[in-house]
Amino acid sequence: MAADHRSQGIAILYLLSVTVFFSIGGLYATLIRLELLTPKGDLFQPDTYNRLFTMHGVMMIFFFLIPAVPAVIGNFILPLMLGAKDVAFPKLNLASWYLYMIGATFTLYSLVHGGVDTGWTFYTPLSTTHSNTYTTATALGIFVNGFSGIFTGVNFIVTIHRMRAPGLTWFRLPLFVWASYATSLIQVLATPVLAITLVLLFLERTFGIGFFNPAVGGDPILFQHLFWFYSHPAVYIMILPSLGVISEIIAAFTRKPIFGYKFVAFSSIAIAVFGFLVWGHHMFVSGESPYAAMVFSALTMLVAVPSAVKVFNWMATLYRGSIEYSTPMFYALGFIGLFVIGGLTGLMLGTLGIDIHVHDTYFVVAHFHYIMVGGALMAYLWALHFWWPKITGRLYSGFWSHLSALLVFVGFNLTFFPQFILGYLGMPRRYHAYPPEFQVLHVLSTAGASVLALGYIVPLIYFLWSLKYGAYAGRNPWGAVGLEWETTSPPPVHNFEVMPTVDHEAYEHRVPPVAEQEPYRVVKYGL
Amino acid sequence: MKLFDFPFFPETASTTAGSVDALFFFALAVSALFSLLIAAFIFIFFVKYRRQHAGDVGHAIHGSLVLEIVWSVIPLAISLVLFGWGAKVFLEVSTPPKDAREYYVTGKQWMWKIQHPEGNREINELHVPIGVAIKMIMTSEDVIHSFYIPAFRIKQDVLPGRYTSVWFEATKLGTFHLFCAEYCGVEHSQMIGKVVVMAPEDYQIWLAGGVAKSPVAAGEELFSQYACNTCHLDSREGRGPWLGGIAGTPVALVGGGKAVRDDNYLRESIMLPNNKIVDGYQPLMPTFQGQISEEGVLQLISYIKSLDGAGAAERARTDSR
Repeated sequence: MAADHRSQGIAILYLLSVTVFFSIGGLYATLIRLELLTPKGDLFQPDTYNRLFTMHGVMMIFFFLIPAVPAVIGNFILPLMLGAKDVAFPKLNLASWYLYMIGATFTLYSLVHGGVDTGWTFYTPLSTTHSNTYTTATALGIFVNGFSGIFTGVNFIVTIHRMRAPGLTWFRLPLFVWASYATSLIQVLATPVLAITLVLLFLERTFGIGFFNPAVGGDPILFQHLFWFYSHPAVYIMILPSLGVISEIIAAFTRKPIFGYKFVAFSSIAIAVFGFLVWGHHMFVSGESPYAAMVFSALTMLVAVPSAVKVFNWMATLYRGSIEYSTPMFYALGFIGLFVIGGLTGLMLGTLGIDIHVHDTYFVVAHFHYIMVGGALMAYLWALHFWWPKITGRLYSGFWSHLSALLVFVGFNLTFFPQFILGYLGMPRRYHAYPPEFQVLHVLSTAGASVLALGYIVPLIYFLWSLKYGAYAGRNPWGAVGLEWETTSPPPVHNFEVMPTVDHEAYEHRVPPVAEQEPYRVVKYGL
Repeated sequence: MKLFDFPFFPETASTTAGSVDALFFFALAVSALFSLLIAAFIFIFFVKYRRQHAGDVGHAIHGSLVLEIVWSVIPLAISLVLFGWGAKVFLEVSTPPKDAREYYVTGKQWMWKIQHPEGNREINELHVPIGVAIKMIMTSEDVIHSFYIPAFRIKQDVLPGRYTSVWFEATKLGTFHLFCAEYCGVEHSQMIGKVVVMAPEDYQIWLAGGVAKSPVAAGEELFSQYACNTCHLDSREGRGPWLGGIAGTPVALVGGGKAVRDDNYLRESIMLPNNKIVDGYQPLMPTFQGQISEEGVLQLISYIKSLDGAGAAERARTDSR
């Protein structure tokens, strides 16, 4: 499979690799939460703890969140949705995976030798002159991995432009395609800035050139501008595809078109564009001028609007829908709730007066975990639950999947909601020891993390089980509309036996669909 | 604040903390309202429109321009209100009163060194009188740190090679946390301290137990020790400009530009003197980087700010009458 350049095979390669890196990142998260059970730093040396949270961030962001939905779901489902037999550049697609693995290898090399302790944000001068860990190896790993994302982005953009089936006009495209398009634009435009920033970091660290060294006239804040110019759009790379997935799930399980299709489609593009304008909101207290801070704060408020538009359109879609209580649907709704909390707290962070107090505290940690875990990760898992029958041809247990949904939702909120309180109380980030009055909140958070971990292990079991013992899915177990549901499960080598043509709008149910098979024994449990 | 011994909300101990909290409560209320509305609608629709028969489809409604406008404009309006209010609080928190007393802070891995204007020095502790506006002028000796007092709702990154500042006026007696809030290496979690707010009389008593030399006096010593006084003559005929009364004033530079002579300018002039040459003078000043510590530079600057504009020549004229 590693030499096969079909996008189906590449999607599976990515699925296996992201699962491995997610597990490593998750292991670090477990160790972090264990340390934070007690106020004293008694489980690990401070130096070790610093490496744990750095590697947790690096693994999760660069090797899990950024590739997950685009490279796993996108590679498999995007060509199917377009009626195409593969992406535009299959060999480039395989190269993407190899670059991803090479990047991961450099980072794992650094990890095995003790990892990095600069924080995933690599702020200078700590990372250039004061850290004596494998910063260069990790930076190199991220640099190479970036090109993997750029190649995937280029591939998807061309595929969407050039390889749509006859009759599939832009405004008949599934919303997941629009979201993937917007994501790919960001990948292609923003990732090069990360590459440049890492090169500058390397040059400064190795040759002492001094871009970021004030002693010779350089500016440490310059690093922050360069870093966040990429890293803010990067968070939209991580969430936009998930927003696309949710649109698909809601359309399928209400059996009607998404309300306000064009607005939802354009909101993905709007988020991508505005996302490039707000990086300075990570730097309100860094020493940027108050005038710059105000401009960035105002622009940050703008980014909230397209996200709100999506949420309201999803809600309106539920109205007079025919709603099925499937696992993916529960998750989609849980996602909306968590995304709303994450987004509103983001608005709070973009408010200058509030940010001064909560910047660099657990309030920020809670905010981004609500979006990244409550949003992006959940949507990735529910994308797997939604398209698993298509990809593997098998169905999974309804009872266990509903249970894992509950575990994840409860565990997640218990882990991260106390962190909002901790943050407003003043608990800073990246502390492994803290004043004793914060302990009860940390204990709650760690308890939640154990429940959450269970919620992630259970699907691993029933997904693997379904590969051997699951019922056969048939072409369209959910009775959904979309080209991917018109081919077999799993699809044949070139996705379709006969190239489909499209003569209807997105999500248009013209014939009352009959699910080919009762998806799972949900009815017996009355769920 | 504790609720049944459960930590819930921080102390509110400065003049600006209340504004920050009011803004936060507004944002929280708006968020709670929207979250509840969204949750309610989702729950109601979810229950009401549950699929009844296996082959049912939903009622295709494509959209409504009116709704789209309404639910774009309302969130935009609310978020702009948040922006405006937030900017107002931000400016309030960032603008020290003109008469704020200046304390000097040097952050270094992994401690806070604080110098009072009266001369007392502390490490990881900050004793202040209640009800007095205090401005911290801060720099770092190595990496970026951040000076954070949650009870006062203030935070400011502390940078190497530059001064940043933050101000507060304490409104409650007591001891409050001081944290470093920018990850700075191995002992980041230990770079913490206490802020002790005292009644003015107690503060005076505390001060008296400390070292007598004020930063201005220490700076005056450094000014002659490093021979600054051989070029920066108050007769205005020296090789360097006279430094009396210049704080915060603009000056024309060689090459046509202008600069405002604030704390950062003064520090740059000592460390990288050839960056900005005052118009009419030659680039003769040597650099003192590496020769004077950051604290020494802070002391020199506080001395320079204490010099008055009228020079010795002027005084000589008035004295002789």
